[in-house]
Amino acid sequence: MKNKFIYLSLLAAGLIACEPEFNNEVTNASYSAGDADFSSYVAIGNSLTAGYMDGTMSRGGQMYSFPNLLSQQFAVVGGGAFTQPSYDDDVNDYGGLVFNGQPLLDDEVNRFPTRLIINATAGGPETINGTSTIDLANQQAMAYNNMGVPGAKSFHLLASGYGNLAGVPSGQANPYFARHATSPTATVMGDAMTKNPTFFTNWIGSNDVLSYATSGGVGVDQTGNLDPSTYGGNDITDPNVFAATYSAITDMLTSGGAKGVVATIPDVTSIPFFTTVPYNPLTTNLLGGGDSQVGAATMTQLNQQLYSVLDQILTNFGAGDRINALDLGAANPLLIKDESLTDLSAQITAVASTIPQYAPIADFLGQTYGQARQATANDLVLLTTRGVIGTAPAGVPAPFNSFGITYPLQDSHVLTAAEGEMVKVATTSYNNTIKAIAASKGLAVADMNAILNQLVSGLRVEDGQIYTADYFSTSALNTTVFSLDGVHPNARGYAMVANEIIKVINSYYNAKLPNIVPGYYPGATVLPTN
Amino acid sequence: MHNIFISIVVFFIKYPKFDISYLQYEKTNTYLTMRKLLSLTLTALTAASAFAGGYRVSLQGQKQLAMGHTGVGVVNSAEVLFFNPSGMAFLENRFNASVGANGLFARTKFQNQANNWTNSTENFGTPFSAYVSYRATDWLSVGLAVYTPYGSAVEWDQDWQGSHLVNNIDLEAIYFQPSISLKVNDYFSVGGGPIFVSGSVNFNRNISRSQTDEQGNRTDVTIDAGGVTAWGWTAGMMLKPTENLTIGANYRSEITMEARDGDATFHDVPGFLSTTLTNTTFDADLPLPAELTVGFSYKVNDKLLVAFDYNRAYWNVYKSLIVDFHNAAPTSVNPRNYKDASTYRVGAQYTANEKFSFRAGWYFDESPVQDGYFAPETPRNDSMGYTGGLSYQINQRLGVDFSFLFLHFKEVNNSYDYYQEDGQNTTFGGTYKNVVFSPGVGLSYNF
Repeated sequence: MKNKFIYLSLLAAGLIACEPEFNNEVTNASYSAGDADFSSYVAIGNSLTAGYMDGTMSRGGQMYSFPNLLSQQFAVVGGGAFTQPSYDDDVNDYGGLVFNGQPLLDDEVNRFPTRLIINATAGGPETINGTSTIDLANQQAMAYNNMGVPGAKSFHLLASGYGNLAGVPSGQANPYFARHATSPTATVMGDAMTKNPTFFTNWIGSNDVLSYATSGGVGVDQTGNLDPSTYGGNDITDPNVFAATYSAITDMLTSGGAKGVVATIPDVTSIPFFTTVPYNPLTTNLLGGGDSQVGAATMTQLNQQLYSVLDQILTNFGAGDRINALDLGAANPLLIKDESLTDLSAQITAVASTIPQYAPIADFLGQTYGQARQATANDLVLLTTRGVIGTAPAGVPAPFNSFGITYPLQDSHVLTAAEGEMVKVATTSYNNTIKAIAASKGLAVADMNAILNQLVSGLRVEDGQIYTADYFSTSALNTTVFSLDGVHPNARGYAMVANEIIKVINSYYNAKLPNIVPGYYPGATVLPTN
Repeated sequence: MHNIFISIVVFFIKYPKFDISYLQYEKTNTYLTMRKLLSLTLTALTAASAFAGGYRVSLQGQKQLAMGHTGVGVVNSAEVLFFNPSGMAFLENRFNASVGANGLFARTKFQNQANNWTNSTENFGTPFSAYVSYRATDWLSVGLAVYTPYGSAVEWDQDWQGSHLVNNIDLEAIYFQPSISLKVNDYFSVGGGPIFVSGSVNFNRNISRSQTDEQGNRTDVTIDAGGVTAWGWTAGMMLKPTENLTIGANYRSEITMEARDGDATFHDVPGFLSTTLTNTTFDADLPLPAELTVGFSYKVNDKLLVAFDYNRAYWNVYKSLIVDFHNAAPTSVNPRNYKDASTYRVGAQYTANEKFSFRAGWYFDESPVQDGYFAPETPRNDSMGYTGGLSYQINQRLGVDFSFLFLHFKEVNNSYDYYQEDGQNTTFGGTYKNVVFSPGVGLSYNF
């Protein structure tokens, strides 16, 4: 018997030895950095690099910045520590910004509100109810591996004083850089270079054109003006200024022999901020508040008393195509103001004066509709305008006080076709510059413009999921890749961006980095109430 | 100017107020829509395939297990009640009893090189069996068998990469089988009996790949059904054309486990889903497929017996797992698409003397899981079983049986390609490697 127990003990020992083993066990040795050296990775850029989402920087959102996700893959092949500006003071994870406990206001509007969430009761995005605890007064004075600065344009990266705390309230300096600039005169690039990068990503340039676009084109196209110190915040940077700046930045980044990836600038047509609100939402159903019959009556009345009248007047001046009668059986376009149109105010007033019914308000009609027209598919209605349509402009009497329906949406509400064309020209020019400079320096290009354009028709990732450039919807809780601000990716989107950059690194630098699977990363925060 | 505008207002007096709710994210309907659509995220919700055959480890008797789990044509002990109840009639002794249990150690490793994922799971189970037969008359034997052919447990790390498919699963099914055997003549017997199954299942998975509560804890659901009962039957026949040759055939019917009003419990549910993902009950049907076995044993000499079995399990009935929740969540349909599978077994017994007998065996077990349906709840592919064992006769009546099983699996690259996320099939897979080892011990008592 004793022998048998010994035999059984041997069996048990054999069992413990029976660890399943793979022919090729996955270990860090399964991956390689190829020709790249990730020991000091520095990320240069704007909000897209910083990990900005849902309209703000937040502690939780920053974790998902694409450079931070990349650095976790780099760590497998010898990547060094990767630091990001501290958001430890974002204790409630609400994002936003305050200065000495007070919000930074611009015309009574908080410039840095808390992060956007979906309020399931109200049914839409709202800033989360509460107070930001991220205080500009908490000065870090430190350079980080992630030098993405929300709001930065190309030339800002080289501007001394861009992180000067004293300049923040007046708008002369960037509050995000001011939190961690090593001195009031430090430059973003100067601080970045103290990290002695061996590898970098550079995704700068979006704001050189995108801030113009997101403002609805209220800025100026500065093409031809070579002095960026004279630019307004919403202006389009001159392409030569962009090229010179981009070249200087690239020279600095590569001065120590670093390799890297530069990214192109996405076109507005792949950003839900510009593509979510239709130009033609006006149906009888909408105008009737769900009752098409009521809506049809309203539409008929609108035609008789406003649209057809304006159409007739404008036709007299060869501009009858600006406004046409509403079609009861169709989705009709919004009424917008287009500054590129010849101002026909005087003409409208003159004609209206001759119509007894309209004579008393002839001046008003001229002022209001002198550059008005109906939107077309080429006009991009901003996401933020969704909450404006149908609301009343200040100081305008009923019934002309319905934005988009009886009162034209203003310049800041719509990126008109003409403005969109300027954006497109600038974007194309910048991207050509980026690719040319990258080629001259032997750097890899992550063509984010092309990649995000794929989202328009659907980008299929390795696990079979298909992601789109659509704004949040309840049917795509697991697949939306843009955050609630409509411009920046959410965590899932940044994971997708990081994975696309990994593909570029793997192919260009002969590296073998593990993939990042976007499906495991979160989307919008949805709360039952706010 | 003021009067003018008043006149205009009168002029437009019937002008209705615009409702822009449509523009504000379908405001009125959003919450309802959200509830409905979130429920859809549950469509891939799966219960256990654990009743199922990726994991049907054959451990129904120490003596026969040691012989490659052959036995449809072997008259050795009361274990024949499982393998072929008609064989009871040919047992030498009037009374035969066998009880035994196994320690089942199953280890699975998983890796996905593209994504740098590694994981593993180690599980332990104790399947047991008890058989007793009694020869009532020369031509009639009666018996009772209790065994656990489907005892499966897989426990991955909570929230691991495949957690949207399964975190853990635990299945138990106990078969009770009263049997009779009729000895038609010295060469031929028939036998069979009803099977009563009592089972339970506990299964947990995350509701999606990314949903969490407000604190970042992944949202998951446990479905639990206990005391699920069902009836089936088994029948077999045995032919002894010569003294040394025994041929057998046995059929065990399909048994559908109908879980009714099991408990579905949701954990770490975010507030906005709290009215949708309410704890509820569920119904699910889980087929235990029919199995046909044919085989024979041949007595080479007084000491050596060899046996061959062929099993065919009719797994094709397992098309999909359907879980019907009793709340707003829509019925969940999870494709399984199993195929019929065969097992080929060979075993031998060497009776050294009156005290000792030694056994060995081998089998090849074909997986019913098809490519693209390889889910981590039953992460098993084709395997080869190596078995051995011995018996020691303590006295004329009482003997002790030892056995061991080593199941060898080749590593396999496979995936489950039918996980639906927002209406799109996504795939989860990688390389799996299994090792199963099971020592067992039992007692036989005959007189």
